Amino acid sequence: MSLISKRVVFGALAFSFFMYSYFVYTTGTAIDKGENLMNEASKKGKLVFQKYNCIACHQIYGLGGYMGPDITNVISENGKGAIYAKAFLTSGTKRMPNLHLSEDEINELLAYLTYIDKTGISPVKRFKINYDGTVSEN
Amino acid sequence: MMALLVKIERKEIGIVFILLALLSLIGGVFFGSLSALQFIIPGFMNDFPFFKSRPLHVSLVVSWIFLSAIGGIYYYLPRYCKLPLFSNKLPRFHFWIFLFTGIVILGCYIIGKFGGRKYWEFPPILAVPIVISWILFGFNYFKTVARKVGEWPVYLWMWGTGILFFLFTFCESYLWIFPYFRDNIVRDITVQWKAYGALVGSWNMLVYGTVIFLMERIKGDESIARSRLSFLMYFLGLTNLLFGWAHHIYVVPTNPFIRNFAYFISMTELIILGRIIWNWKSSLTAAKKDFYLIPYKFIVASDFWILANLILALTISVPAINIFTHGTHITVAHAMGSTIGINTMILLASSVFLIADISKHEYSLTEKKIITGGFWVLNIFLTIFFLALLFAGAEKGMLIVEDKLNFQEIMQHISPYLTLFTLAGLGIFVGILLIAIPSIKTINKYLLQ
Ligand code: HEC
Ligand code: HEM
Repeated sequence: MSLISKRVVFGALAFSFFMYSYFVYTTGTAIDKGENLMNEASKKGKLVFQKYNCIACHQIYGLGGYMGPDITNVISENGKGAIYAKAFLTSGTKRMPNLHLSEDEINELLAYLTYIDKTGISPVKRFKINYDGTVSEN
Repeated sequence: MMALLVKIERKEIGIVFILLALLSLIGGVFFGSLSALQFIIPGFMNDFPFFKSRPLHVSLVVSWIFLSAIGGIYYYLPRYCKLPLFSNKLPRFHFWIFLFTGIVILGCYIIGKFGGRKYWEFPPILAVPIVISWILFGFNYFKTVARKVGEWPVYLWMWGTGILFFLFTFCESYLWIFPYFRDNIVRDITVQWKAYGALVGSWNMLVYGTVIFLMERIKGDESIARSRLSFLMYFLGLTNLLFGWAHHIYVVPTNPFIRNFAYFISMTELIILGRIIWNWKSSLTAAKKDFYLIPYKFIVASDFWILANLILALTISVPAINIFTHGTHITVAHAMGSTIGINTMILLASSVFLIADISKHEYSLTEKKIITGGFWVLNIFLTIFFLALLFAGAEKGMLIVEDKLNFQEIMQHISPYLTLFTLAGLGIFVGILLIAIPSIKTINKYLLQ
């Protein structure tokens, strides 16, 4: 491979990467089904979520640590909900430590979880597998 | 202690990085074992919970990967590539910034001060010195290799690519500090995994560059790093680094194009798989010849783990399979299978090669025996570790999708596998100690002479 062709291939890949990044930052991620639930409280809740490193034990959309359950839809799951979640946040359990959160922090976390719940489903349990190996939601 | 460090720092900087890397590895695996024990014994070490031990584990082992790869590059450029470093001061600054920031980060984790996100859970301000130290490294690297007359071997391309894209993706992984990115969770997670996918790809560029360099040395065959095929493979790897990341987030409701595109790109890795299988027989015959060399042993093991991990990665990149495996321990098998089996094996090969090279204190016969023992312990337990995680994940995946049991019941179901995983992890810890301790001793002899 000549030096010129190496440079051309590298340049083309880098250029496409930056174009693609722009697409991902904008159109590619524009749809947010929970948009109207992203209020002041949930905005703060997002930062509280990071401050206490909840993701070390929990997953959102299946991503995170595996010590605890996926909590994407804890607000709308059968038999669960905000009051149920609040109990965990207030006193912890044998496996989940009591993080001594303030009342405000708990409410902000709940607002954030309520927002997340509306944005999608995880884990996906109802789906259809297509011939090309892709999946459609049912 | 300070005086000792200052004395050490005057020595060859590459080896100082390797020393810190090995210490980081031992610490990292220690916290990994602690995290795993917390999985199987609820309430174990309540004062030092999982949300502290896990980031300590992950950050320390990731530091091991970076420090040992960087140490190798600083060492190999002047000694083997006829490229004296542009500056001998900058690497020292790099080292000190990294060390001090590292200590502050560990302190933050221990007292429970977070604020960042996965991989970099520390308060975001600490990213600033890391970026600065990386710019020093990159500046020095490019100034150094610019002097090279004639064509660059592929590993110089790979190291340069790794350095550039690490800088970009590391900064990209901090875009969440702007509300535009963090206030929409779809965008937040997508950009996070876009950055991390490419970030892991960047450190792989550093690591794969290192193994090609080592093969060239061990075989004494310069064509390995200059052939057309090696460049084609490099560009294919780069394409995957840049565009393959969305297989981590198939379940996130992004624009479908993002998902389908990643699926397509990921499948191009079948070409790499094909090439490995095609070469398997000839590389096996060659392997027998040089297997007595310790670095070569680690390289052969990494070849085996590349095959196993590539098959797994390709499988779970098919959306129809990913839907069962995502969010289970199969993901952990993939993460640790490749960071231990591939990255750590290669970087141990490089570290052992470098240590024997620099010191007149070659490893003694007993030390060689201990390291070889460690090599086997590490690989045997890694196999068990990997399989236990795969089984735990497969079982959990089926149970979730069938939707019959709740979280506690599922965890109870897979607890035998997690116990096996933890025991095997302790075996890995022992294997790593058997390799790292004689190496640290040898480095010490050299540094203190
Ligand atoms: C040390 C690990 C750990 C940390 C840190 C942690 N959790 Fe938990 N959490 C768990 C475990 C384990 C469970 C399951 C409860 C059980 O088995 O006792 C749980 C349960 C929950 C539940 C109920 C989920 C369900 O579906 O039943 C919610 C909600 C929750 N945690 C939210 C949070 C939030 C928000 C944070 C951060 C402020 C957090 N957790 C931090 C381990 C943790
Ligand atoms: C060189 C050795 C090792 C490397 C490079 C390594 C690397 C990693 C990485 C990158 C992760 C993050 C995975 C993710 O976020 O998806 C991780 C998680 C983890 N590792 Fe390791 N690891 C090593 C050894 C060990 C050992 C010996 C143990 C002990 C049993 C261990 C236990 C764990 C645990 C418990 C987790 C968290 C999994 C979870 O969240 O459920 N690791 N490791």
